[in-house]
Amino acid sequence: MREPELPDGTLGRRRGRRERGAEPASPASRADPAVAGPVRAAVAAHRGERGPLLPILHAVQHELGCVPADAVPVLAEELNLSRAEVHGVLTFYQDFRAEPANRATVRVCRAEACQAVGAEQVYGYARDLAASAPAELTVDQVFCLGNCALGPSAEVNGRLHGRVDPARLRVLLTPAGDTA
Amino acid sequence: MTATVYVPRDSAARSVGADEVVAALAAAGPDVRVVRNGSRGLLWLEPLVEVATAAGRVGYGPVAPGDVAGLLAAGLLTGADHPLRLGVVDDLPWLARQHRVTFARMGVTDPLCPEDYVANGGLRGLRRAREMAPAAVVAEVTESGLRGRGGAGFPAGIKWQTVLACLDELKFVCCNADEGDSGTFADRMVMEGDPFMLIEGMAIAAHAVGAGEGYLYIRSEYPDAVATMRAAIGIARDRGWLGDFALHVRVGAGAYICGEETAMLESLEGKRGMVRAKPPIPALEGLFGRPTVVNNVLTLATVPAILADGAAAYRGLGVERSRGTQVFQLGGNIARGGIVETAFGVTLGELVAGYGGGTRTGRPVRAVQVGGPLGAYLPTSMFDLPMDYEAFAAAGAMLGHGGVVVFDDSVDMAAQARFAFEFCAEESCGKCTPCRVGSVRGVEVIDRIRAGEQRDDNLMLLGDLCDLMTDGSLCAMGGLTPMPVRSALTHFTDDFEARTP
Repeated sequence: MREPELPDGTLGRRRGRRERGAEPASPASRADPAVAGPVRAAVAAHRGERGPLLPILHAVQHELGCVPADAVPVLAEELNLSRAEVHGVLTFYQDFRAEPANRATVRVCRAEACQAVGAEQVYGYARDLAASAPAELTVDQVFCLGNCALGPSAEVNGRLHGRVDPARLRVLLTPAGDTA
Repeated sequence: MTATVYVPRDSAARSVGADEVVAALAAAGPDVRVVRNGSRGLLWLEPLVEVATAAGRVGYGPVAPGDVAGLLAAGLLTGADHPLRLGVVDDLPWLARQHRVTFARMGVTDPLCPEDYVANGGLRGLRRAREMAPAAVVAEVTESGLRGRGGAGFPAGIKWQTVLACLDELKFVCCNADEGDSGTFADRMVMEGDPFMLIEGMAIAAHAVGAGEGYLYIRSEYPDAVATMRAAIGIARDRGWLGDFALHVRVGAGAYICGEETAMLESLEGKRGMVRAKPPIPALEGLFGRPTVVNNVLTLATVPAILADGAAAYRGLGVERSRGTQVFQLGGNIARGGIVETAFGVTLGELVAGYGGGTRTGRPVRAVQVGGPLGAYLPTSMFDLPMDYEAFAAAGAMLGHGGVVVFDDSVDMAAQARFAFEFCAEESCGKCTPCRVGSVRGVEVIDRIRAGEQRDDNLMLLGDLCDLMTDGSLCAMGGLTPMPVRSALTHFTDDFEARTP
């Protein structure tokens, strides 16, 4: 019993948009094909959903490791949005990266429950490590991983760890078989 | 004979080695059947391994992977004695003293086993609801006294009634699972440990208000919850539990503000998570402008129990206008952290000192922050405060989502107050000036106070700024950021003296 929808999957009640003419060299057509292909595939996979931009951005980042600048005009064209709207959404959310992360990623919780058990030392240590290996390790802060009784918490390569201290973090970041 | 051993799949248990414990148990061979249950919420004992015996499920914990061989040799599979043996888990005083309603099945069942769910009381609420007229279901929820568990404490039944009364053909039920408050993890545990309960609650809400579509908005920081909910929804759909209710999972993208209900709706529509001005309230003009129920995970997860056992049973618990139970979450620097579900009215001191056992570091408790990053910092002299919405409001604090974060005497409360502004500056959606600019100015003013620069003038300025943010912000983010700041100033004034280098 769904209502008539716009091509972007939203309901027809939203304000009307100007039709864009067929410009000979639209920004989307100039996008890197290695980016445009996966982006169009992500759009196709989610087009039937309501308000599908976030699921599409997640899918693009899953596929490419980031949402490159060239994805913006393609998304705008496919979803009948302005490039400014896509850019606005993309840059609002912390999760979306413009460039792929390094081989190793660490997200250290800096919220209150982890602060109470020494998260700042863990975060400081992680930042020092990243500074000494800028091409290998990406360190981000995060506010709460939902592990507040077992802090300090950190996510290392996508995996959550509790009761982390600098020594433990160093072990977690040492590739298997590399232990001294 | 095959022994059944339970090792939680909860991400908190996994964060301290539950998967490695399971791998070590594989060495015991085919005599062991491992069930990955939810966590019981006794998080300081994780990984908590349980073995089924004739006397009940016997627990061992915290079990390190290296302990497993010794445990097996000592007779783990028969519940034999060992230094890590805790006894029958259901009889542990920490658990036995609680009154678990929402968390009754938590840790008992295999979260993704539908037979387990039904055998332990699941679906009774939905079946009863579907035999009732929608208005009768709404009346039952209203009568139970259930208030929104997300923080604001608005009566759930009133909200549902508003949506039910709308004549629109298209209505939505949205579950807010953007549990971003530090110190709260009950929503995550529901989604990972008893996902069918949340699905059942959403299906009841959909029936009650006449909604055909539902969205579950889960923060991206909870990948295990996302995976578990997706799997559970698939199972529920295959079993026909959902009827024609179309339930979708949506994943956030790292924005705290999307826990604010209107920002969440914007995000669900594929936009920046910018707060909307209210009115119109979401119950009238919510997702895509349609009437929408927006409830927190715990609110919706509590609905099946209310429908199953009746409003009176739920209403019989609690105090004053805070009826039923609350799922308190003990975290931070605490010796025994985890989930305490009990009737409203338990004191803060009973939670922190009684259940929690004081700090993990063994130093004296100095401050407790209740209700997340926007909640007040309270000193131990306020430990008599009963945990109920009105008592907390009267004390200049808030219950919020029931998170309790403990700090020992090494905490610098001026730094915590500064962090409250810093966090607000980081996470503000930017729509209103008091929040967007006030948070940045707040950091600067506190820095000047701490540097001893025109201290009295700057303290007055800080008071003005807090008034302005409280009165002038569009939503609770800017409006409540002054709460931790003011409470720190009031109760821990000394920390705001100029620092001597």
